[in-house]
Amino acid sequence: MGNLTPELAAFRDETRDLARSYGLDFYEVIFELVDYDELNMVASYGGFPTRYPHWRFGMEYEQLSKSYAWGLSKIYELVINNDPCYAYLMRSNSITEQKLVMAHVYGHCDFFKNNSWFANTSRKMMDVLANHGARIRRYMDRHGVEVVEDFIDVVHSLDNLIDPYSPFIRRDDGKKRVDDEAPREVKKIQAKDYMDRFINPPKFLADQRKKQKAEDERERRFPPRPVRDVLKFLLDHAPLQTWQHDVLAMLREEAYYFAPQGMTKIMNEGWAVYWHSKLMTRHLCDASEIVHYCDTHSGTLATRPGQINPYKIGVELFRDIEERWDRGRFGPEYQACDDPELRRQWNRPTGLGRERIFEVRRIYNDVTFIDEFVTPEFAEDQKLFVYGRNAQTGQLEIVDRDYRKVKDQLLNALTNFGNPIIRVVEANYKNRGELYLQHDWSGNELQLEHAQMTLQGLQRLWGRPVHLETMEGGKGRLLSYDGQQSTMKEVTPSKGGQLAVGKEPEPS
Amino acid sequence: MGVRRIDQDHTRFRQIVRGKIKQNLRRFVSSGELIGKQGQKYVAIPLPQIALPRFRFGENKKGGVGQGEGEPGQPVPGQDQDGQGQAGEQEGQHVLEVEVPLEELARILGEELELPNIEPRGKKNIRSAAGRYTGISRSGPQSLRHFRRTFKAALRRQISSGTYDPDRPMIVPIRDDMRFRSVQTREVPQASAAVVYMMDVSGSMGREQKEIVRIEAFWIDTWLRHQYKNLEVNYIVHDAVAHLVDQHTFFHLRESGGTKISSAYELCLQLMRDKYPSSEWNIYPFHFSDGDNWSSRDTERCVELLKTSILPETNQFCYGQVKSAYGSGQFKKDLDSAFRSEEKVVTTDIPDREGILPSIKSFLGKGR
Repeated sequence: MGNLTPELAAFRDETRDLARSYGLDFYEVIFELVDYDELNMVASYGGFPTRYPHWRFGMEYEQLSKSYAWGLSKIYELVINNDPCYAYLMRSNSITEQKLVMAHVYGHCDFFKNNSWFANTSRKMMDVLANHGARIRRYMDRHGVEVVEDFIDVVHSLDNLIDPYSPFIRRDDGKKRVDDEAPREVKKIQAKDYMDRFINPPKFLADQRKKQKAEDERERRFPPRPVRDVLKFLLDHAPLQTWQHDVLAMLREEAYYFAPQGMTKIMNEGWAVYWHSKLMTRHLCDASEIVHYCDTHSGTLATRPGQINPYKIGVELFRDIEERWDRGRFGPEYQACDDPELRRQWNRPTGLGRERIFEVRRIYNDVTFIDEFVTPEFAEDQKLFVYGRNAQTGQLEIVDRDYRKVKDQLLNALTNFGNPIIRVVEANYKNRGELYLQHDWSGNELQLEHAQMTLQGLQRLWGRPVHLETMEGGKGRLLSYDGQQSTMKEVTPSKGGQLAVGKEPEPS
Repeated sequence: MGVRRIDQDHTRFRQIVRGKIKQNLRRFVSSGELIGKQGQKYVAIPLPQIALPRFRFGENKKGGVGQGEGEPGQPVPGQDQDGQGQAGEQEGQHVLEVEVPLEELARILGEELELPNIEPRGKKNIRSAAGRYTGISRSGPQSLRHFRRTFKAALRRQISSGTYDPDRPMIVPIRDDMRFRSVQTREVPQASAAVVYMMDVSGSMGREQKEIVRIEAFWIDTWLRHQYKNLEVNYIVHDAVAHLVDQHTFFHLRESGGTKISSAYELCLQLMRDKYPSSEWNIYPFHFSDGDNWSSRDTERCVELLKTSILPETNQFCYGQVKSAYGSGQFKKDLDSAFRSEEKVVTTDIPDREGILPSIKSFLGKGR
């Protein structure tokens, strides 16, 4: 049950009871007291000391250790989404810091348990990952370390190609269409006979037929619809050996487990800061500790001009929401009011603030959180701005303080955790079993050199040539790797389900 | 606890780093990118290729969101210190740098070029101090605590103060009883070496030629430091006259004028006589030039100096002829014909940066 000193255990109990009294709801939390080296070690494994062996954890460890040794960074807290939650405390922290970290951890644990984006994550991940570790070790014994490691490298370089919403939606209806079905009749909108020709006019029916034909056409394609979960697609259709299949499945499961943490970074940290600051300043800190607490706390919230600190933005947004709902600054009437002075003065006490933030922590993720709650007033109070590079001076400059621009930029960076969205659109490209991926163009170019190298890995899994369509400098680009060489061609971007197939210039 | 998992992964990471360095050694050597990144014991090697590739956005993004004061049009403060806004197209992309001990780098160089270890000549050793943990002291770090001695001391104290009870043999050391292992210094014979770099800085040696010399000198240093614990390096520049200079001057000085190579050899000889008696030092003169000497009479003088005075005192004499904008001179040919059967003289042609590695191999490949 952890290894806290009696003193810390008493603080833990106090903090836990306080947190409960405010309505926080969490799995049991087990605190482990560790020294800096153990903490760096656990952190290198993403919190799971029993994970499979891989050199990148060693690399992470070296970087963390060096950066700690040079005094550049220090990990305060590490908490694992699991039932029970595991949290690590650094032994050398002062008592005040330990109290703060414990309060912070209870915030995270409440968030893990209650935020709906975590609803489908395994709460026995400690065990799951330990099992994965054991299985991968066994494969290494059987097939050789380098073979398995190589494969893991490839999968890891693809593991951002998942569909973070798929645990919540069924992407296909599971129905298999059979070819020899009788031609389907176009669905009419129900109407009485005498109304039929008005409600289902011939033009409408013709459109419907056309639509259906296109759909049938698409059904014959493989895959019928673009697939965002590229890992799943490979799992189902790539020619893998049994052990490779198993490793891919395990790493995909891990990627899905970690995904919600990436989707809720701002909210999760904001929520934890909100609660540590509430519990510390209202209850846990005594007078002798308050300066030390403030010093640590403000360190966490420090902002640098060119960056957004998720802790800061998160907690400020939660506080803003609480205040707005306390003062009734919501609803159609408030929304419609465009007198800034009036909005600033708006106060119709409702006392709904606390309830509202609990609700927000349950159903939002970073994208919806920012989209819905960053208001003009908030952007102004927080002095948010958009910056860009001045082409002449090469310097970063403040471009705009308009809250819509700020929000756009933030959302852009948060979408799909800042990763490009890439889909499998055709797995039988040129009727030669070649894999065709398409980058969902959002205005940001890919790093093409990396993309080429990633394709090389993908080709090894797929076995046949692979292609990626993207844009560069306003022009369509088709990157390909056929197992021997990487090429890049200019293509007309594909439109409306019609691939750049055939439109590409003939290779010279 | 045994071997920790992280240690295995860390070792594996270091292995991979080593492999990547080996793979890219040629590039590191010809680009000279490691120079200036070396500290006392480590060199920071940029290894972007170790990070796994992914589909991700390039850095030509439209910018980002920040927080703080300032009007539109004003620069975002604090961008130059923290790597946030370095110039150049590679900005923002965190290039992974891995620290590698210089020793390790030398070993990699040795393996790649198949360099033999140098056998120090004769008994030319000096004595230096080396430490071993054979002593005992009353203070020290906990990690060096000597258990048995500590308990002995505690036992002795308890017996003499009468608190020891043979029936209940409890021994509790107090601070005064603590004993720690400590370093005992000891004289160990150690080989020493002196390197003398001589460079032609006459008008025909351009910036690129000096860069080549600099890169070559860096790698030769790395190797020799690995071979000799005690290495002293001297720098001589010459055009028509020679000067003893420091490292910075050596690489940055630009002179113009004629070339009289013998002046450098004379200064080198004088230096050897003054500071490095060959009975105690392994001496390595390296000379880099574009090969255009003042006159054939001076070349004769050089050969004479080498033959009679310099060669007998040195392990090996190396001459690298760097091709300059004005072509390659006659000097290498002259040396080659004069020392056809002399193993101690090694000459190489360095047409460009690609030539550095082969040149290093011939210089150091003999194990002298």
